[in-house]
Amino acid sequence: MSSFKIFDIAGSGMSAQSVRLNTVASNLANADSVSGDPNSVYRAKHPVFQAVLGGTSAGADAASASVTVTGIAENPAAPASRYDPSNPLADAQGYVYAPNVNIVEEMADMISASRSYQNNVEVLNTARDLMLDTLKLGQSGS
Amino acid sequence: MQSVLDQYLGIHTRALTLEAQRMQVLASNLANVDTPNYKAQDVDFKAALAAADNASAGSAPTQLPLATTHANDLTASGTVAGAAAGDSAGSLSASALPSAESALKYRVPLAPALDGNTVDEQLEQSAFAENSVRYQATLAFLNTKLRLLMNALSSS
Repeated sequence: MSSFKIFDIAGSGMSAQSVRLNTVASNLANADSVSGDPNSVYRAKHPVFQAVLGGTSAGADAASASVTVTGIAENPAAPASRYDPSNPLADAQGYVYAPNVNIVEEMADMISASRSYQNNVEVLNTARDLMLDTLKLGQSGS
Repeated sequence: MQSVLDQYLGIHTRALTLEAQRMQVLASNLANVDTPNYKAQDVDFKAALAAADNASAGSAPTQLPLATTHANDLTASGTVAGAAAGDSAGSLSASALPSAESALKYRVPLAPALDGNTVDEQLEQSAFAENSVRYQATLAFLNTKLRLLMNALSSS
């Protein structure tokens, strides 16, 4: 039954956006996790989304596409180095390395993810209401 | 062939199926609003409904016949053009379930995004809202028709 696929689609959107919210939370929580080693410092993580096409089935199934997270990509940009010899984590030259997390970017990403999540919830609610109405088709009470 | 109930309910049964399929396509667009290289799609509703109407009309006179140039060509109803008229019992009837597949079109983006995504969130939201209102309107039509039928059938 193709009508129930809409729940899978909206559900996949919600889970993908919640992975995105999780990475944003992780990035923001670790924004100040400095390290004395530029190779082990925390790097900003972002999910990679990919559409999963409905396949070869006929009708609108062919056009329907859920979304999946294929992986978490780390920001390859170099961590910012800061001269802070009083920090116990500082290396021999007195430098600490801060994560390459851009807080402003993360906040914008968070709002975008939460709006998209709300969109999918709205789709789910509307589809559920319409389907329940359809179940009541032809009944005297409707 | 259409049943009596199909004829009574008319275009609304096909419209309801197509609206459900369009809802699915729009939900896909909204789920993939942040997917790189995803291309938004929509159903050309008028074309899809006309196609569904033609398919379910079967042998109705409104359907245009397919031109045949050879005795083995298929006609629109699935029979071989050269076959005897009495042989139609084994013919394939066109699928009565409407399908939006042939009427699917890609959206032309107003402002293309750098990641190749063509989903316009606001446009999809309004299309989804419009489609759900249409769905409810079709449901109301069907409900009224069924209630009228029940009234006519009841003896009181």
